[in-house]
Amino acid sequence: MNLTLKVWRQKNSSAKGTFETYQLDNVDVHASFLEMFDVLNEKLINEGKEPVAFDHDCREGICGTCSMVINGRAHGPLQNTTTCQLHMRHFKDGDTIVVEPWRSKAFPVLKDLVVDRGAFDRIIAAGGFVSVNTGQAPDANTIPVKKEKAELAFDAAACIGCGACVAACKNSSAMLFVSAKVSHLALLPQGNAERYSRVLNMVAQMDKEGFGSCTNTNACEAECPKGISVTNIARLNREYLAASLAAQKK
Amino acid sequence: MMFTSSLGRKYVMALTGLFLISFLVVHLSGNLLSLIPDGGLTFNAFTHFMETNLVIKVMEYVLFAGFIIHILQSVVVTLINQRARPSKYAVNAGSASSTWASRNMGILGTIIFIFLVIHLRDFFFELKFGDDELGLDASGNVNLYKEVVETFAMLPYTALYIVAMFGLGFHLWHGFASSFRSLGLMHSKYTPAIVFIGKLYTIIVTAGFIIIPLYWYLVQL
Ligand code: HEM
Ligand code: SF4
Ligand code: FES
Repeated sequence: MNLTLKVWRQKNSSAKGTFETYQLDNVDVHASFLEMFDVLNEKLINEGKEPVAFDHDCREGICGTCSMVINGRAHGPLQNTTTCQLHMRHFKDGDTIVVEPWRSKAFPVLKDLVVDRGAFDRIIAAGGFVSVNTGQAPDANTIPVKKEKAELAFDAAACIGCGACVAACKNSSAMLFVSAKVSHLALLPQGNAERYSRVLNMVAQMDKEGFGSCTNTNACEAECPKGISVTNIARLNREYLAASLAAQKK
Repeated sequence: MMFTSSLGRKYVMALTGLFLISFLVVHLSGNLLSLIPDGGLTFNAFTHFMETNLVIKVMEYVLFAGFIIHILQSVVVTLINQRARPSKYAVNAGSASSTWASRNMGILGTIIFIFLVIHLRDFFFELKFGDDELGLDASGNVNLYKEVVETFAMLPYTALYIVAMFGLGFHLWHGFASSFRSLGLMHSKYTPAIVFIGKLYTIIVTAGFIIIPLYWYLVQL
Protein backbone atom coordinates (compact mmCIF):
# COMPACT_ATOMS: atom_id res chain seq x y z
CA MET A 1 0.00 0.00 0.00
CA ASN A 2 1.06 3.57 -0.68
CA LEU A 3 0.72 6.20 2.00
CA THR A 4 1.12 9.92 2.51
CA LEU A 5 2.46 10.67 5.98
CA LYS A 6 2.24 14.06 7.64
CA VAL A 7 4.60 13.86 10.57
CA TRP A 8 5.30 16.43 13.28
CA ARG A 9 8.96 17.46 13.19
CA GLN A 10 10.42 19.50 16.01
CA LYS A 11 14.18 19.89 16.62
CA ASN A 12 13.98 20.29 20.40
CA SER A 13 11.65 21.43 23.16
CA SER A 14 12.17 25.12 22.48
CA ALA A 15 12.00 24.90 18.66
CA LYS A 16 8.81 25.58 16.77
CA GLY A 17 7.58 22.40 15.13
CA THR A 18 5.95 21.88 11.74
CA PHE A 19 4.45 19.06 9.74
CA GLU A 20 6.60 17.41 7.07
CA THR A 21 4.93 15.37 4.34
CA TYR A 22 6.46 12.07 3.27
CA GLN A 23 5.40 9.70 0.52
CA LEU A 24 5.89 6.06 1.52
CA ASP A 25 5.27 3.38 -1.11
CA ASN A 26 4.92 -0.41 -0.93
CA VAL A 27 4.12 -0.52 2.77
CA ASP A 28 3.51 -4.08 3.97
CA VAL A 29 -0.08 -4.39 5.28
CA HIS A 30 1.20 -6.72 8.02
CA ALA A 31 3.76 -4.24 9.29
CA SER A 32 3.06 -2.64 12.63
CA PHE A 33 2.74 1.13 12.74
CA LEU A 34 6.20 1.39 14.31
CA GLU A 35 7.71 -0.93 11.68
CA MET A 36 6.22 1.37 9.08
CA PHE A 37 8.07 4.21 10.79
CA ASP A 38 11.28 2.12 10.78
CA VAL A 39 10.93 1.84 7.00
CA LEU A 40 10.33 5.57 6.71
CA ASN A 41 13.39 6.31 8.84
CA GLU A 42 15.57 3.98 6.77
CA LYS A 43 14.43 5.85 3.70
CA LEU A 44 15.18 9.21 5.32
CA ILE A 45 18.63 8.06 6.43
CA ASN A 46 19.41 6.80 2.90
CA GLU A 47 18.39 10.21 1.58
CA GLY A 48 20.76 11.83 4.08
CA LYS A 49 17.90 13.29 6.10
CA GLU A 50 17.28 13.29 9.84
CA PRO A 51 15.12 10.29 10.88
CA VAL A 52 11.92 10.86 12.85
CA ALA A 53 12.48 10.48 16.59
CA PHE A 54 9.79 8.38 18.28
CA ASP A 55 9.62 6.48 21.57
CA HIS A 56 9.39 2.70 21.65
CA ASP A 57 10.76 -0.09 23.76
CA CYS A 58 8.93 -3.39 24.19
CA ARG A 59 6.89 -3.38 20.98
CA GLU A 60 4.63 -5.81 22.81
CA GLY A 61 2.03 -3.40 24.12
CA ILE A 62 3.26 -3.44 27.71
CA CYS A 63 5.81 -0.68 28.23
CA GLY A 64 3.64 2.24 27.21
CA THR A 65 6.32 4.32 25.52
CA CYS A 66 5.06 4.29 21.90
CA SER A 67 3.19 7.58 22.13
CA MET A 68 1.74 8.87 18.85
CA VAL A 69 -1.48 10.67 18.04
CA ILE A 70 -2.59 9.16 14.74
CA ASN A 71 -5.27 11.05 12.82
CA GLY A 72 -6.34 12.71 16.05
CA ARG A 73 -6.55 9.47 18.05
CA ALA A 74 -4.06 8.55 20.78
CA HIS A 75 -2.43 5.25 19.66
CA GLY A 76 -4.56 5.32 16.50
CA PRO A 77 -8.07 4.19 15.67
CA LEU A 78 -8.23 0.79 17.41
CA GLN A 79 -9.60 0.29 20.92
CA ASN A 80 -7.39 -1.18 23.65
CA THR A 81 -4.36 -1.07 21.37
CA THR A 82 -0.97 0.62 21.67
CA THR A 83 0.70 2.09 18.58
CA CYS A 84 3.15 -0.82 18.43
CA GLN A 85 0.22 -3.27 18.26
CA LEU A 86 -1.56 -1.32 15.54
CA HIS A 87 -1.05 -2.82 12.08
CA MET A 88 -1.14 -1.20 8.68
CA ARG A 89 -4.03 -3.42 7.55
CA HIS A 90 -6.28 -1.07 9.48
CA PHE A 91 -5.46 1.66 6.96
CA LYS A 92 -6.33 1.91 3.29
CA ASP A 93 -4.10 2.24 0.24
CA GLY A 94 -3.74 5.92 -0.59
CA ASP A 95 -4.54 7.11 2.94
CA THR A 96 -3.06 10.29 4.33
CA ILE A 97 -2.04 9.73 7.94
CA VAL A 98 -1.30 12.63 10.28
CA VAL A 99 1.02 11.75 13.17
CA GLU A 100 1.52 14.13 16.09
CA PRO A 101 3.09 13.91 19.55
CA TRP A 102 1.09 13.91 22.80
CA ARG A 103 0.20 17.58 23.23
CA SER A 104 0.10 18.71 26.83
CA LYS A 105 1.84 21.40 28.83
CA ALA A 106 2.90 18.73 31.33
CA PHE A 107 4.44 16.55 28.58
CA PRO A 108 6.86 18.86 26.75
CA VAL A 109 7.99 17.66 23.33
CA LEU A 110 11.67 16.70 23.44
CA LYS A 111 12.06 15.97 19.74
CA ASP A 112 9.62 15.14 16.93
CA LEU A 113 7.20 12.61 18.46
CA VAL A 114 9.10 12.09 21.72
CA VAL A 115 7.65 13.74 24.81
CA ASP A 116 8.93 13.95 28.37
CA ARG A 117 6.58 11.98 30.64
CA GLY A 118 8.60 12.74 33.76
CA ALA A 119 5.48 14.34 35.24
CA PHE A 120 4.01 10.84 35.68
CA ASP A 121 7.17 9.68 37.47
CA ARG A 122 6.97 12.63 39.85
CA ILE A 123 3.30 11.84 40.58
CA ILE A 124 4.26 8.25 41.42
CA ALA A 125 7.16 9.46 43.54
CA ALA A 126 4.71 11.67 45.47
CA GLY A 127 2.82 8.66 46.80
CA GLY A 128 2.16 5.92 44.27
CA PHE A 129 3.93 3.23 46.25
CA VAL A 130 3.70 1.11 49.39
CA SER A 131 6.51 1.76 51.85
CA VAL A 132 8.12 -1.59 52.51
CA ASN A 133 9.84 -2.28 55.79
CA THR A 134 12.99 -4.35 55.85
CA GLY A 135 12.84 -7.96 56.93
CA GLN A 136 11.80 -11.20 55.37
CA ALA A 137 9.51 -11.25 52.38
CA PRO A 138 6.07 -12.15 53.78
CA ASP A 139 4.20 -15.22 52.62
CA ALA A 140 2.05 -14.47 49.60
CA ASN A 141 -1.26 -15.32 51.23
CA THR A 142 -0.82 -14.20 54.83
CA ILE A 143 -3.09 -11.19 54.33
CA PRO A 144 -6.52 -12.18 53.06
CA VAL A 145 -7.77 -10.10 50.12
CA LYS A 146 -11.38 -10.29 48.98
CA LYS A 147 -11.53 -11.72 45.47
CA GLU A 148 -13.65 -8.88 44.05
CA LYS A 149 -11.27 -6.27 45.42
CA ALA A 150 -8.25 -8.14 44.12
CA GLU A 151 -9.84 -8.20 40.67
CA LEU A 152 -10.56 -4.45 40.74
CA ALA A 153 -7.06 -3.68 41.99
CA PHE A 154 -5.60 -5.86 39.26
CA ASP A 155 -7.66 -4.12 36.58
CA ALA A 156 -6.36 -0.76 37.80
CA ALA A 157 -2.81 -2.07 38.00
CA ALA A 158 -2.94 -2.82 34.27
CA CYS A 159 -2.18 0.89 33.60
CA ILE A 160 1.12 1.15 31.78
CA GLY A 161 1.59 4.88 32.31
CA CYS A 162 1.54 5.61 28.59
CA GLY A 163 -0.21 8.98 28.90
CA ALA A 164 -2.80 8.33 26.18
CA CYS A 165 -5.48 9.45 28.64
CA VAL A 166 -3.77 12.84 28.93
CA ALA A 167 -3.27 13.03 25.17
CA ALA A 168 -6.92 12.24 24.46
CA CYS A 169 -8.45 14.47 27.13
CA LYS A 170 -9.53 17.92 25.96
CA ASN A 171 -8.22 19.24 29.30
CA SER A 172 -4.97 17.23 29.27
CA SER A 173 -6.20 15.75 32.53
CA ALA A 174 -4.21 12.97 34.17
CA MET A 175 -7.19 11.77 36.21
CA LEU A 176 -7.40 8.31 34.63
CA PHE A 177 -3.72 7.58 35.25
CA VAL A 178 -3.73 8.94 38.81
CA SER A 179 -7.02 7.23 39.61
CA ALA A 180 -5.69 3.90 38.36
CA LYS A 181 -2.61 4.20 40.56
CA VAL A 182 -4.59 5.38 43.60
CA SER A 183 -7.24 2.68 43.12
CA HIS A 184 -4.72 -0.09 42.67
CA LEU A 185 -3.23 0.56 46.11
CA ALA A 186 -6.33 1.83 47.93
CA LEU A 187 -8.18 -1.41 47.16
CA LEU A 188 -5.53 -3.62 48.74
CA PRO A 189 -4.82 -4.00 52.46
CA GLN A 190 -1.12 -3.44 51.79
CA GLY A 191 -1.88 0.06 50.57
CA ASN A 192 -4.20 0.96 53.39
CA ALA A 193 -1.70 2.49 55.84
CA GLU A 194 -0.76 5.29 53.45
CA ARG A 195 -4.13 5.52 51.78
CA TYR A 196 -5.01 9.11 52.65
CA SER A 197 -1.58 10.71 52.48
CA ARG A 198 -1.06 8.99 49.14
CA VAL A 199 -4.12 10.44 47.43
CA LEU A 200 -3.53 13.93 48.83
CA ASN A 201 0.11 13.99 47.74
CA MET A 202 -0.49 12.49 44.31
CA VAL A 203 -3.31 14.92 43.50
CA ALA A 204 -1.21 17.86 44.72
CA GLN A 205 1.63 16.76 42.44
CA MET A 206 -0.78 16.20 39.54
CA ASP A 207 -2.03 19.78 39.87
CA LYS A 208 1.51 21.12 40.22
CA GLU A 209 2.55 19.48 36.96
CA GLY A 210 -0.05 21.50 35.07
CA PHE A 211 -2.56 18.83 34.06
CA GLY A 212 -6.18 19.98 33.67
CA SER A 213 -9.19 18.77 35.61
CA CYS A 214 -11.84 16.19 34.74
CA THR A 215 -14.99 17.14 32.80
CA ASN A 216 -16.11 13.48 32.73
CA THR A 217 -16.06 13.30 28.93
CA ASN A 218 -14.80 9.67 29.06
CA ALA A 219 -12.36 10.28 26.18
CA CYS A 220 -9.58 8.82 28.38
CA GLU A 221 -11.35 5.52 28.86
CA ALA A 222 -12.14 5.27 25.14
CA GLU A 223 -8.48 5.82 24.18
CA CYS A 224 -6.75 3.92 27.01
CA PRO A 225 -4.89 0.93 25.54
CA LYS A 226 -5.42 -1.02 28.76
CA GLY A 227 -9.15 -0.46 29.16
CA ILE A 228 -8.78 1.36 32.49
CA SER A 229 -12.33 2.23 33.60
CA VAL A 230 -13.55 5.69 34.56
CA THR A 231 -15.04 4.11 37.68
CA ASN A 232 -11.50 4.59 38.98
CA ILE A 233 -11.92 8.35 38.52
CA ALA A 234 -15.05 8.25 40.67
CA ARG A 235 -13.06 6.31 43.27
CA LEU A 236 -10.30 8.94 43.14
CA ASN A 237 -12.90 11.66 43.73
CA ARG A 238 -14.19 9.66 46.70
CA GLU A 239 -10.77 8.93 48.16
CA TYR A 240 -9.66 12.54 47.84
CA LEU A 241 -12.86 13.84 49.44
CA ALA A 242 -12.56 11.42 52.37
CA ALA A 243 -8.85 12.15 52.80
CA SER A 244 -9.39 15.92 52.68
CA LEU A 245 -12.18 15.77 55.23
CA ALA A 246 -10.25 13.47 57.55
CA ALA A 247 -6.94 15.35 57.30
CA GLN A 248 -5.75 16.93 60.55
CA LYS A 249 -5.04 20.62 60.77
CA LYS A 250 -1.43 21.28 59.79
CA MET B 1 -6.47 23.64 50.16
CA MET B 2 -9.12 21.13 49.17
CA PHE B 3 -11.28 23.68 47.36
CA THR B 4 -8.42 25.08 45.28
CA SER B 5 -7.34 21.67 43.99
CA SER B 6 -8.55 20.45 40.62
CA LEU B 7 -10.80 17.90 42.30
CA GLY B 8 -12.06 20.35 44.91
CA ARG B 9 -13.10 22.87 42.26
CA LYS B 10 -15.15 20.15 40.63
CA TYR B 11 -16.82 19.28 43.95
CA VAL B 12 -17.93 22.91 44.11
CA MET B 13 -19.11 22.91 40.48
CA ALA B 14 -21.01 19.68 41.02
CA LEU B 15 -22.68 20.81 44.26
CA THR B 16 -23.70 24.18 42.86
CA GLY B 17 -24.79 22.49 39.62
CA LEU B 18 -27.03 20.07 41.50
CA PHE B 19 -28.43 22.95 43.53
CA LEU B 20 -29.24 24.85 40.32
CA ILE B 21 -30.86 21.68 38.99
CA SER B 22 -33.19 21.64 41.99
CA PHE B 23 -33.93 25.34 41.50
CA LEU B 24 -34.99 24.72 37.90
CA VAL B 25 -37.76 22.39 39.13
CA VAL B 26 -39.27 25.16 41.25
CA HIS B 27 -38.81 27.75 38.53
CA LEU B 28 -40.40 25.60 35.84
CA SER B 29 -43.34 24.64 38.07
CA GLY B 30 -44.05 28.34 38.65
CA ASN B 31 -43.70 29.23 34.98
CA LEU B 32 -46.08 26.50 33.89
CA LEU B 33 -48.80 28.23 35.94
CA SER B 34 -48.81 30.95 33.27
CA LEU B 35 -50.47 28.43 30.96
CA ILE B 36 -53.55 28.18 33.20
CA PRO B 37 -56.34 30.00 31.32
CA ASP B 38 -57.48 32.28 34.15
CA GLY B 39 -56.01 35.53 32.93
CA GLY B 40 -52.89 34.97 35.02
CA LEU B 41 -54.52 35.03 38.45
CA THR B 42 -52.82 31.82 39.64
CA PHE B 43 -49.49 32.79 38.10
CA ASN B 44 -49.55 36.24 39.68
CA ALA B 45 -50.63 34.82 43.04
CA PHE B 46 -47.67 32.41 42.90
CA THR B 47 -45.35 35.28 41.96
CA HIS B 48 -46.70 37.25 44.90
CA PHE B 49 -46.03 34.33 47.22
CA MET B 50 -42.47 33.98 45.91
CA GLU B 51 -41.95 37.71 46.42
CA THR B 52 -43.15 37.86 49.98
CA ASN B 53 -42.32 34.51 51.59
CA LEU B 54 -39.36 34.85 53.94
CA VAL B 55 -37.86 31.43 53.19
CA ILE B 56 -38.03 32.12 49.47
CA LYS B 57 -36.47 35.55 50.01
CA VAL B 58 -33.52 33.98 51.81
CA MET B 59 -33.25 31.26 49.16
CA GLU B 60 -33.05 33.98 46.53
CA TYR B 61 -29.69 35.05 47.96
CA VAL B 62 -28.54 31.45 48.20
CA LEU B 63 -29.54 31.03 44.57
CA PHE B 64 -27.58 34.10 43.50
CA ALA B 65 -24.57 32.80 45.40
CA GLY B 66 -25.02 29.39 43.75
CA PHE B 67 -25.02 30.92 40.29
CA ILE B 68 -22.07 33.18 40.99
CA ILE B 69 -19.95 30.43 42.54
CA HIS B 70 -20.80 27.99 39.72
CA ILE B 71 -19.96 30.57 37.06
CA LEU B 72 -16.74 31.84 38.68
CA GLN B 73 -15.54 28.33 39.30
CA SER B 74 -16.40 27.32 35.73
CA VAL B 75 -14.30 30.21 34.39
CA VAL B 76 -11.32 29.24 36.55
CA VAL B 77 -11.61 25.53 35.70
CA THR B 78 -12.02 26.22 31.98
CA LEU B 79 -9.00 28.56 31.89
CA ILE B 80 -6.80 26.05 33.75
CA ASN B 81 -7.97 23.31 31.39
CA GLN B 82 -7.20 25.36 28.31
CA ARG B 83 -3.78 26.26 29.63
CA ALA B 84 -3.01 22.57 30.08
CA ARG B 85 -2.88 22.22 26.28
CA PRO B 86 -1.05 25.24 24.88
CA SER B 87 -0.50 23.76 21.42
CA LYS B 88 -3.55 22.21 19.80
CA TYR B 89 -3.78 19.08 17.69
CA ALA B 90 -3.85 19.51 13.93
CA VAL B 91 -6.40 16.71 13.68
CA ASN B 92 -9.04 16.60 16.36
CA ALA B 93 -11.05 13.41 16.59
CA GLY B 94 -12.82 14.21 19.85
CA SER B 95 -16.12 12.94 18.50
CA ALA B 96 -14.67 9.44 18.29
CA SER B 97 -14.29 9.22 22.04
CA SER B 98 -16.70 11.65 23.72
CA THR B 99 -20.08 13.35 23.36
CA TRP B 100 -20.45 16.84 21.92
CA ALA B 101 -22.16 18.19 25.02
CA SER B 102 -19.38 16.98 27.31
CA ARG B 103 -16.76 18.77 25.21
CA ASN B 104 -18.67 22.06 25.08
CA MET B 105 -19.80 22.70 28.64
CA GLY B 106 -18.05 26.08 28.62
CA ILE B 107 -19.80 27.27 25.45
CA LEU B 108 -23.14 25.91 26.64
CA GLY B 109 -22.63 27.62 30.00
CA THR B 110 -21.85 30.89 28.21
CA ILE B 111 -25.12 30.63 26.26
CA ILE B 112 -26.96 30.14 29.54
CA PHE B 113 -25.07 33.07 31.06
CA ILE B 114 -25.92 35.50 28.25
CA PHE B 115 -29.53 34.42 28.47
CA LEU B 116 -29.46 34.82 32.23
CA VAL B 117 -28.39 38.46 32.02
CA ILE B 118 -31.13 39.34 29.53
CA HIS B 119 -33.70 37.26 31.38
CA LEU B 120 -33.00 38.88 34.74
CA ARG B 121 -33.19 42.35 33.22
CA ASP B 122 -36.55 41.68 31.59
CA PHE B 123 -38.36 39.81 34.33
CA PHE B 124 -36.56 39.90 37.64
CA PHE B 125 -35.49 43.54 37.69
CA GLU B 126 -38.72 44.58 36.03
CA LEU B 127 -40.58 43.05 38.94
CA LYS B 128 -38.21 44.27 41.65
CA PHE B 129 -37.23 47.73 40.51
CA GLY B 130 -39.38 48.48 37.47
CA ASP B 131 -41.63 51.56 37.61
CA ASP B 132 -45.10 50.28 38.33
CA GLU B 133 -46.01 49.90 34.67
CA LEU B 134 -47.04 46.30 35.25
CA GLY B 135 -50.15 47.23 37.21
CA LEU B 136 -52.26 44.93 39.34
CA ASP B 137 -54.53 42.05 38.34
CA ALA B 138 -58.10 41.40 39.53
CA SER B 139 -56.82 39.86 42.80
CA GLY B 140 -54.59 42.84 43.49
CA ASN B 141 -51.28 41.07 42.71
CA VAL B 142 -48.60 42.61 40.48
CA ASN B 143 -49.44 41.57 36.93
CA LEU B 144 -46.20 39.85 35.85
CA TYR B 145 -48.40 37.64 33.68
CA LYS B 146 -48.95 40.61 31.38
CA GLU B 147 -45.18 40.96 31.00
CA VAL B 148 -44.89 37.26 30.10
CA VAL B 149 -47.62 37.47 27.48
CA GLU B 150 -46.26 40.67 25.93
CA THR B 151 -42.66 39.50 25.92
CA PHE B 152 -43.44 36.28 24.09
CA ALA B 153 -45.34 38.12 21.40
CA MET B 154 -41.92 39.28 20.18
CA LEU B 155 -40.17 36.89 17.82
CA PRO B 156 -36.54 37.81 18.65
CA TYR B 157 -37.05 37.33 22.37
CA THR B 158 -38.99 34.10 21.92
CA ALA B 159 -36.35 32.74 19.55
CA LEU B 160 -33.50 33.70 21.91
CA TYR B 161 -35.33 32.08 24.79
CA ILE B 162 -35.78 28.82 22.92
CA VAL B 163 -32.17 28.72 21.68
CA ALA B 164 -30.95 29.33 25.23
CA MET B 165 -33.11 26.49 26.51
CA PHE B 166 -31.44 24.13 24.04
CA GLY B 167 -28.13 25.34 25.47
CA LEU B 168 -29.40 24.56 28.95
CA GLY B 169 -30.67 21.19 27.75
CA PHE B 170 -27.30 20.08 26.40
CA HIS B 171 -25.57 21.47 29.51
CA LEU B 172 -27.78 19.29 31.67
CA TRP B 173 -27.63 16.29 29.31
CA HIS B 174 -23.98 15.96 30.31
CA GLY B 175 -23.98 17.86 33.59
CA PHE B 176 -26.57 15.91 35.58
CA ALA B 177 -24.78 12.56 35.73
CA SER B 178 -21.37 14.22 35.52
CA SER B 179 -21.91 16.01 38.81
CA PHE B 180 -22.50 12.71 40.61
CA ARG B 181 -19.22 11.32 39.33
CA SER B 182 -17.35 14.49 40.28
CA LEU B 183 -18.54 13.86 43.82
CA GLY B 184 -17.30 10.28 43.64
CA LEU B 185 -20.77 8.79 43.42
CA MET B 186 -20.58 5.94 40.94
CA HIS B 187 -21.97 2.49 41.48
CA SER B 188 -22.86 -0.36 39.16
CA LYS B 189 -26.33 -0.58 40.71
CA TYR B 190 -27.26 3.12 41.03
CA THR B 191 -25.39 4.91 38.24
CA PRO B 192 -27.61 3.59 35.41
CA ALA B 193 -30.61 4.95 37.35
CA ILE B 194 -28.90 8.32 37.86
CA VAL B 195 -28.07 8.54 34.15
CA PHE B 196 -31.65 7.63 33.23
CA ILE B 197 -33.19 10.13 35.65
CA GLY B 198 -30.76 12.77 34.40
CA LYS B 199 -31.88 12.33 30.80
CA LEU B 200 -35.55 12.22 31.77
CA TYR B 201 -35.13 15.35 33.90
CA THR B 202 -33.30 17.12 31.08
CA ILE B 203 -35.97 16.30 28.51
CA ILE B 204 -38.85 17.32 30.80
CA VAL B 205 -37.21 20.55 31.98
CA THR B 206 -36.01 21.61 28.53
CA ALA B 207 -39.35 20.81 26.89
CA GLY B 208 -41.21 22.53 29.72
CA PHE B 209 -39.24 25.75 29.42
CA ILE B 210 -39.66 25.72 25.62
CA ILE B 211 -43.40 25.05 25.60
CA ILE B 212 -44.22 28.24 27.52
CA PRO B 213 -42.70 30.87 25.15
CA LEU B 214 -43.71 28.78 22.14
CA TYR B 215 -47.32 28.63 23.30
CA TRP B 216 -47.55 32.35 23.98
CA TYR B 217 -45.90 33.22 20.70
CA LEU B 218 -48.14 30.95 18.65
CA VAL B 219 -51.45 32.02 20.25
CA GLN B 220 -50.60 35.68 19.57
CA LEU B 221 -49.65 35.24 15.91
C1 HEM C 1 -29.35 26.81 35.56
C2 HEM C 1 -28.16 26.90 35.17
C3 HEM C 1 -27.08 25.84 35.31
C4 HEM C 1 -27.16 24.54 35.76
C5 HEM C 1 -28.37 23.80 36.27
C6 HEM C 1 -25.82 23.98 35.65
C7 HEM C 1 -25.48 22.70 35.99
C8 HEM C 1 -24.24 22.14 35.83
C9 HEM C 1 -23.87 20.82 36.23
C10 HEM C 1 -24.77 19.83 36.95
C11 HEM C 1 -22.58 20.62 35.87
C12 HEM C 1 -21.76 19.36 36.05
C13 HEM C 1 -20.75 19.53 37.15
C14 HEM C 1 -19.73 18.43 37.15
O1 HEM C 1 -19.33 17.93 36.10
O2 HEM C 1 -19.29 18.05 38.23
C15 HEM C 1 -22.13 21.81 35.22
C16 HEM C 1 -20.87 21.97 34.68
C17 HEM C 1 -20.44 23.14 34.10
N1 HEM C 1 -21.11 24.34 34.09
FE1 HEM C 1 -23.03 24.64 34.61
N2 HEM C 1 -24.97 24.92 35.14
C18 HEM C 1 -25.70 26.08 34.93
C19 HEM C 1 -25.22 27.28 34.46
C20 HEM C 1 -23.92 27.52 34.05
C21 HEM C 1 -23.41 28.78 33.61
C22 HEM C 1 -24.19 30.08 33.56
C23 HEM C 1 -22.10 28.56 33.27
C24 HEM C 1 -21.03 29.46 32.74
C25 HEM C 1 -21.06 30.71 32.50
C26 HEM C 1 -21.80 27.17 33.49
C27 HEM C 1 -20.60 26.58 33.21
C28 HEM C 1 -20.30 25.26 33.42
C29 HEM C 1 -19.09 24.60 33.00
C30 HEM C 1 -17.94 25.23 32.23
C31 HEM C 1 -19.17 23.28 33.41
C32 HEM C 1 -18.16 22.19 33.15
C33 HEM C 1 -17.08 22.18 34.15
C34 HEM C 1 -16.11 21.10 33.80
O3 HEM C 1 -15.19 21.35 33.02
O4 HEM C 1 -16.25 19.99 34.29
N3 HEM C 1 -22.93 26.55 33.98
N4 HEM C 1 -23.16 22.73 35.22
S1 SF4 D 1 -4.82 5.03 32.33
FE1 SF4 D 1 -4.63 4.00 30.32
S2 SF4 D 1 -4.17 5.69 28.92
FE2 SF4 D 1 -3.76 6.47 30.98
S3 SF4 D 1 -1.58 6.08 31.35
FE3 SF4 D 1 -2.69 4.29 32.16
S4 SF4 D 1 -2.72 2.82 30.45
FE4 SF4 D 1 -2.18 4.81 29.55
S1 FES E 1 6.48 -0.05 22.45
FE1 FES E 1 5.97 -0.81 24.43
S2 FES E 1 3.81 -0.54 24.47
FE2 FES E 1 4.29 0.04 22.44
